Amino acid sequence: MIRILIDPVACDAYGYCAELLPESITLDEWGYPIVDGKPLPPELVSAAKRAARDCPRRAITLRVRKSAH
Amino acid sequence: MANVSEALPITNRYRLLGYPTDLAGHVAALGPVPLPSAGARGWREAFVSTLEASGLSGRGGAGFSAAIKLAVAHSRGPGGTVLVNGMEGEPASDKDKLLLIRSPHLVLDGAQLLAAATGARRVTVCVPEGRHNVAAAVARGLQERVAAGSAPVPEVMVRPPDRFIAGEESALVRWVESGESLPSFRPDKGTALQIGRRGALVHNAETLAHVAMIARTGPDAFRSHGLVEDPGTSLVTVSGAVEHPGVVEIDRGAPLIDIANRAVPAGAPQALLVGGYGGAWVGPAHFTTPYASLSLRAIGATAGVGIVIVLGQSACGLMESARIAHYLAGQSAGQCGPCVYGLPAIADDLTRLARGQADPGLLSRLDRRLREVDGRGACRHPDGAVNLVRSALHVFAPDVSAHVAGARCSHWNRPSQLRFPDAPRAV
Amino acid sequence: MNSTALWYATRASGLMALILLTLTMVLGITTTTRARARNWPGFAQQEMHRRISMIAVVFLGIHVVTSVLDTYVNISWAAVVIPFASSYARLWVGVGAISLDLMIAVFVSSLLRARMRPGTWRAIHWLAYISWPVALAHTFGMGTDAGEGWVIVLGVVCVLAVAAALAWRLRLAARQASARTAQATVAGVPPKHLALSGRRRTGAPHG
Repeated sequence: MIRILIDPVACDAYGYCAELLPESITLDEWGYPIVDGKPLPPELVSAAKRAARDCPRRAITLRVRKSAH
Repeated sequence: MANVSEALPITNRYRLLGYPTDLAGHVAALGPVPLPSAGARGWREAFVSTLEASGLSGRGGAGFSAAIKLAVAHSRGPGGTVLVNGMEGEPASDKDKLLLIRSPHLVLDGAQLLAAATGARRVTVCVPEGRHNVAAAVARGLQERVAAGSAPVPEVMVRPPDRFIAGEESALVRWVESGESLPSFRPDKGTALQIGRRGALVHNAETLAHVAMIARTGPDAFRSHGLVEDPGTSLVTVSGAVEHPGVVEIDRGAPLIDIANRAVPAGAPQALLVGGYGGAWVGPAHFTTPYASLSLRAIGATAGVGIVIVLGQSACGLMESARIAHYLAGQSAGQCGPCVYGLPAIADDLTRLARGQADPGLLSRLDRRLREVDGRGACRHPDGAVNLVRSALHVFAPDVSAHVAGARCSHWNRPSQLRFPDAPRAV
Repeated sequence: MNSTALWYATRASGLMALILLTLTMVLGITTTTRARARNWPGFAQQEMHRRISMIAVVFLGIHVVTSVLDTYVNISWAAVVIPFASSYARLWVGVGAISLDLMIAVFVSSLLRARMRPGTWRAIHWLAYISWPVALAHTFGMGTDAGEGWVIVLGVVCVLAVAAALAWRLRLAARQASARTAQATVAGVPPKHLALSGRRRTGAPHG
């Protein structure tokens, strides 16, 4: 199960992640990303990787979790 | 101050306050600190199991198990630092100042014990800039220990900036390491802090005092107070609309109103603020709630830092909460957008509500902002502010309805019953 | 390979590299935050910046290799990266070597970005602001085609493009900074405590 993790200190509200992944990431009124907590469906994984690569602040990492709960 | 001046035999009762301040008197009253002698085997295991058996949890706000935290720090190997967190950023808290002034040796003993248990090579006492009384008392204590040769691990005092966020443990470690008082983003809970390549174990001053007492008396004396699931005693600062504000030592599980009554409230409290400015309001219906982690969590509060503030009848809970929200917004480290922009926006909305100047969309906007800011910072600072505001909207709900309709309390612009170090923006 | 062909290749690839590097600079400088303030997808600009920089590096590689292989003038491999080590056109080949060294640092640091602290990466990336004008100086200092009208026009266009991008960016930054200061003042935040305009970029601890 893959989750998007955004480092709030590094994030500078470029907003590229929300452009690439609007299904999972929306922007608050100040331009900062809100990630919905749901695990990433497989068809969105490549967009998520692209968002992580394109973030100018390298604020996005993708976490793999074999979660029991 | 509610403390006892004569030393009671420690086998009868467990308590932190009331012992002599000077080193000789401290040792005479309590005995020497039970550090391991050279080559003592099995000391560490015995010490850890004593801590575990006592059930001691942190008294600095997070309430984490001391034994678990010790294990995590130990896993980083020897050569690290034990940091005494005497920062006490909550303006309404005095317990750590009191401990460091009256019983510095108890706190330092605790630090030495943890240093022995983790192989740390340094004890660093953190006292904010500007707190001259505390710093002088700590300096005196450090000197006494050096003179008596009773500091196996070198002890130093450092003076980080006097800011709310400076006592957050990752910010404290970062300041020691690089001079910047900024919290770190730590998505993996339970990873140990580091200074350079070595481990850093940060503990609240009161927690260390408990460690030093428990090591001397054994776990049972600690457990003879409090509850099974939340044992021991706690220091709580009671302030607000009371006649005798000060620090009291209470058993965990004591009803909130009993704690408040020790300071003699000026009248029936309108509400109690539990846990400080990052804590939560509690209404009269829940005044008898036990001061214990689980019970408080069940009503949307936390034990947090030992603080109980009494709100008098002639105060506006929403206005006081607005002042707190502005204070917290100003104390942001400035690293994360949702905190930097969200907290002032929430404070502004709450102020408008308190002044009876709410626009029609205010409540839903405030609700949305609270939801969006919660949990989106690197540290728990915005979470505390959100919880405080949410509890205010809940506990002062009748006021909310009245204020939305355009009314405001007759005493809305009276001086605050709360303390703020820098004067907040005038509300 | 025929020396004349190599010579033409060196000049052509050099000019292409200059154009592409200028474009890379402009795309990098005009990167903006705040998605709502712009009408185009910012991620696309970011990806273009990266792709064009890679194509520029390819042309730069051709420029360097052909200049060494060309036996008509003596430029050793060492002179490509060691400034002023060339016996031919010591000064301006040396200036080119300086620009190339800086560009290698920028490029390699971006490849290894994940392994370094964000502050370090950023500092190295800013060497581009030195590398580019030095490359421009090398182009015109070498003089080979610098007298041609169209090359002069090209140079002027490149300079204007970067200057315009910089001016735009500085104005935007000033507006954003004053907006943030105003917001901080309203919130009662003591300015020295709130690093709003130079916010921490370092993020999570290394690792």
